[in-house]
This record gives sequence, structure tokens and C-alpha cells, in this order.
Amino acid sequence: MALSAASSAWDAVRLHVVTGKGGTGKTTVAAALALALASGGQRVLLMEVEGRQGIAQLFDVPPLPYDERRVAVAKGGGDVFALAVDPEAALFEYLDMYYRLGRAGKALRKIGAVEFATTVAPGVRDVLLTGKAYEAARRSKGGKRGAKLAYDAVVLDAPPTGRITRFLNVNNEVAGIAKVGPIRKQADSIMQLMRSRQTAVHLVTLLEEMPTQETIDGVSELTAAGLPAGSVLINQVRKPALRGETLRAAGKNELDAHEIEAGLKAAGLQSHDGLVAALLNEAHDHAERITLEKAERRRLRSLDTPTIDLEWQPDGIDLAGLYELADEINTQVKA
Amino acid sequence: MSPTRTMPPFDVQGLLSDPDTRIVVCCGSGGVGKTTTAAALALHAAEQGRRVCVLTIDPARRLAQSIGLSELDNTPRQIPGVGLEAGGALFAMMLDMKRTFDEIVEQHADPQRAEQILANSFYQTLSSSFAGTQEYMAMEKLGQLAREAEQTGEWDLIVVDTPPSRSALDFLDAPERLGSFLDGRFIRFLMAPARVGGRAYMKIVGTGFSIVSGVMTKILGAQLLNDLQTLVAGLDSVFGGFRERAEQTYSLLQAPGTTFVVVAAPEADALREASYFVERLQSDQMPLGGLVVNRMHTTAAADLSAERAAGAAEDLHEQKAHTLTAALLQLHANTMRVIAREAHLLERFRGAHPAVGVASAPALAGDVHDLPGLRKVGAALTQITHSA
Repeated sequence: MALSAASSAWDAVRLHVVTGKGGTGKTTVAAALALALASGGQRVLLMEVEGRQGIAQLFDVPPLPYDERRVAVAKGGGDVFALAVDPEAALFEYLDMYYRLGRAGKALRKIGAVEFATTVAPGVRDVLLTGKAYEAARRSKGGKRGAKLAYDAVVLDAPPTGRITRFLNVNNEVAGIAKVGPIRKQADSIMQLMRSRQTAVHLVTLLEEMPTQETIDGVSELTAAGLPAGSVLINQVRKPALRGETLRAAGKNELDAHEIEAGLKAAGLQSHDGLVAALLNEAHDHAERITLEKAERRRLRSLDTPTIDLEWQPDGIDLAGLYELADEINTQVKA
Repeated sequence: MSPTRTMPPFDVQGLLSDPDTRIVVCCGSGGVGKTTTAAALALHAAEQGRRVCVLTIDPARRLAQSIGLSELDNTPRQIPGVGLEAGGALFAMMLDMKRTFDEIVEQHADPQRAEQILANSFYQTLSSSFAGTQEYMAMEKLGQLAREAEQTGEWDLIVVDTPPSRSALDFLDAPERLGSFLDGRFIRFLMAPARVGGRAYMKIVGTGFSIVSGVMTKILGAQLLNDLQTLVAGLDSVFGGFRERAEQTYSLLQAPGTTFVVVAAPEADALREASYFVERLQSDQMPLGGLVVNRMHTTAAADLSAERAAGAAEDLHEQKAHTLTAALLQLHANTMRVIAREAHLLERFRGAHPAVGVASAPALAGDVHDLPGLRKVGAALTQITHSA
């Protein structure tokens, strides 16, 4: 059987949780990771929980219903399914699955208990969303015990880094409140999965000060809560256009303007002072940016967590770009 | 290619210097520079003579970092020296949601009951570690700051930063959700046993409740349901006061004197979220000031297109000469591609919301984390670039 490259390093992992500070490209990376895991013939479920329909936008499909739909075929075969989790639907599904409530469920809705649970009561949403991820990661084919798993991996596009530990740990809070009973049992099972080697929490970051800081804080919070940090995925990594002494000179505004002028002429461009100054200025900003990225990378090295680089794409990410990112993930995980 | 050339400008300067502007709410998805924008606007207004209080609700201590404060607690702290010359002042605070919740309980329940509630383990979890509580408490704190402004005159402008991502909208939903919960039948179900005791309550509240009661016991377990009921009964008086204040704050947000500023970065996701915020604010009849777009890329050589720059770079590569110029041209081609993408994204936003004014701040090579950095952002946002 053709194993996807990514799964060889993450063999035991069934639930990949992807978090990241806002603006770091968390959803994009989650989608690329799902494609990477699916490549070579695997079945992967990509879940989103924030009601933003980010997955549908990325794969250029209509808004996702509360239903698992195939959204992409990975390289070398393999399917990515996607699901936008709706807390209310998840609540009914849960009640149905464990309690077979039937009409009593309607009574709950009528009296306002459902609205209370999904909108007013803080935390219940997180319980439902993590519960759904747990269910999908453990589901077997055709619902039969001992049968093969329905999905080889589940990728969860999770809340941002600032909330991730609280989100994943919510069932621990529940266990603190419910000392006994069915809720306690469910909460304990979910926490057991979340804390096991079957779960990996990946953090998406940029090589910028605040995202790096949040990533470092995030890893230590996860570790303190006994949750397994997976990889740090560094998004939008710039390829240095200048190197060594030239880069340093650009940063200090010491590049030779005459040389650039001569270069522009050789290329058949009309050179004028304004253009040369503008190019030097762009070189300076680039050098500053590269220097900053190097410093942030050094800070990330203080973590034990392995890193994966994803190259910056100046035109933004389209569907083809997602497949490129998936390739980059597979190559680096295999290495 | 400046966005302000094709869009109505957003007169941020006029907004901040108008003494009738009392509250500015910055909202937008996470990571777009919302906290930085709030801090930059507050600093700018303070240095122009206004007495400003900036409230951040974000759990990360970003505002503290960006204005050089090492610690922010639940009360506004003045930042020494800021705005003095112009006769202004800057106060900053960060929301402590548990502290805010505790204060409401202490204020609305008698001491003995307050003590019981504060000690309830269900309450402790609710007030400190559940998502959602933050939005409710943000509403409460903003209301408090506005009342303080009226009573003490310590500040005359409040700039608020909202929680990241969509949950920021829960800020607007809080009063209605609480209202429908408090007026609903579910709360009567939750409170009935504590008031009446035993099975007698079914006669009062109807037989449908017995089904629900059975189901709830089955799902939650008898003990958990009982804990929940005890807490809700205890919080009864607190809920009433909280809801009244949440409603007041909601109307405060709609009142003249309040302006919402939607913040975005020039990225597809962030602008899509910005559209969503604009529509949501309009449907709630909240006063929208305009859109702030942070981190726009700029160039001083806009007349050298990406294609020509890339072509010239390739020529030089073939000539195997002038590698430095070739690298710089390639760099410029990338910058132009980014600028084109950003302009295209903004154009799409404008198509959907032609009446919304836009102000922008340029991408800075480094991070903004000190007062000079914030001043730069503030200056860019308050400068109106007229059509060239």
C-alpha cells in the first residue's frame, strides 16, 4: 500500500490540530496539511469550527453544509473530505448517538435548552466541537467495532493560538465540574485522546515578533496542560534575494548606486535617480525583513518542536498553491 | 495605486478631533493589527489634546507590549508623560474577565450570597476559563468606563479593541442572548426546584418540564444538574442587573458619539471578514466610521511594472552580469505583484461596499512595539491622501 510521505513521520497520529495566531494562514496550512496527508491514497477529513467557511473559499467550492463532502483529490490519489461543524447540529448528533432521544430532543429545543447550550452557556460550544473531532478521529468504517478507521487522519482547523489550550482542554474543565455520570465519561475519553500520541497540535507562525512570541507561549501552555505539541509550520518564508556582504550592505544603505545605474542601462531600462533610490529602498526593507526573520528563527530554535518551512508566494495562495505547500510539507516530513 | 485614489477617504483625523466622538470600537479578524490600530489612534488623539482611555480585550498582552507597559490590570493606568504638551492624557487597561465578573456579583448580590456564588466551583470555571465569557464581560467593562467618563471626566474618549475573530460579534449579541435566556422557559426550569423544592414545581411550570427534566438528568447526571440549578438560582439577581447594563451598553454603542472602525490587513481572508463585519454592523444599525487597512505595501517606483522588472532581471541573468541589479529588479517585481494583489483585493471590497471610507497604513519592515512606531501608524492613518 502506498503510504503518504507525511504519514511516515506521523504514523501514530490520527488527529492533527492546526492552530496559529490570526493572520498567519492557519486555514491555508490546515488545508495543505490535509492534502499532504491524503497524498498516495489516504482518506483525510478536514474540519473547521469557526463558522467562517474558509475551507470552501480555499477549495473554491460552495459553502459547506454540516456534512462530510469530498473537496479535493490529493496527488497520487487520496481524498480530502471537508466538514464545517455547526455546534447545534453536533449537539443533536451527540444526543442521538449516545442517548437515542428522539422526540425528547425536540422538547429540549422547545424549552430553549439547545439555544442555551450553544449560545449562552460559555464553553459548551467548545465541548461540542472537540467532541465532534473526537468522534471523527475514532470513527470506524460503517460504524462497526473493530473495522478499519473511516479516516486515516483528521485535520482540525482549530481556534487561534491564544485560545488553543483552553479549547482543547475544555473537557478537563468539564471533568472538574461533572464528578460522575455520562458527561464525565465522555470528557475523560476525549482528554485521553487529546493527550495521547494519537494527537499532534501544530502551530502555524510567521517569522515576525508577535506570531513567534505567541507560538513560543503556545507551546509552553500546551506542554503545561499535557497536550502534545506537534510541529511548528513557518509560513510565508522569504527567499533571500541578497546574501552575505551584499545583504549587510543593503541593510546599511551602503549598496553602490552607480553599479545599479549601470545595471539598469545594461538591461535596457531608462535609469533615473528616483528609480535607483526606490530600488535601494526596497533592498533596504528586504534586508531588514530578512534580518528580522533570522532573529525570529533563532528564537524558534529554543523550542524542541520540529519546524517545517512553507515558502512565501507573492501572488497569494490559490488551489495550485495549496498543492505546492502540500508537496513542501511532504518533502520536509520525509527528510 | 493608492487605495484612497479610488475610494472615499476615511477621515480619521476629523473623527478623533471631534469632541462629540466619545467611543471608538476597533473590530476585525485576528492578526490584522487591531490592537496596534487601537493603541495608535488612542496615542494620536491624546497627543492632540484629548483625554483617552484605551481598553484591550485581547488575552495576549500585546497592547502592554506595544505601549511599553509591563503590566495592565483591570483598572485604567495613566501612561506617564503622554499627551501632556497638548493638554491630553492616555490611560490604558486590559480586561480581566474573572475580576470583572466577580465585581458584578459583589455589586448585585448581598455579601453572604456573593460569597456562596464566588465559592461555587461551577462559577469559578465559568468566570475564568470558558470562551464566551470574555465577550459578555467586555460589554460590561465598556459600559463601566463610559459611566466613569461621565462621572469623573478623567477621560473623554474611549478606544476599545475587541476579541479576535468572529467571536467579536458576540459582543453585539450578548444583551439579546441574555435577554432571550432570562425571559425564556429554560431559566424557569433551572430555577424552579430551588424555589419550590421537590416535585411540586411541575404543577407550576407544566408537564413538558418533566420530560426535559428526565432528559437533562440522563445527560448531565443528577448531581451536575443540581449544581447548575443552584448556581443559576443564586445568580438570579446578578443576571437581572447584568442584563440591564448590557442593554444600556448596547444602546450606548448605537448612540451618536460612538463609531466603529473595521480593521483589516490586505489579505483575502481578512477583507472577507471585514465585509462580514461591515454588513453585520449595518444590520445592527451600529455607526460605522470606515475601514482601516494596515500593512499596505508601497513603492516609490510604481511606473516600473512587475513584468518589465522581471524581464529586465532575466536579461541581466542571461548576460551573466550585474547580478546585484538583477536581484533588486526581481525584488521590485515581487513587490509590484504584491501591490497589484492588494489593490485588487481592496477593489473587490469597494465593489461590495462603495460607501465605506478607507484609510491605510503602510507595511513597516519591522514590528511596531513602541511609542515612536505607534506614532508612525497614527500619522499614516490620520493623513488624508487626496486624488493625485
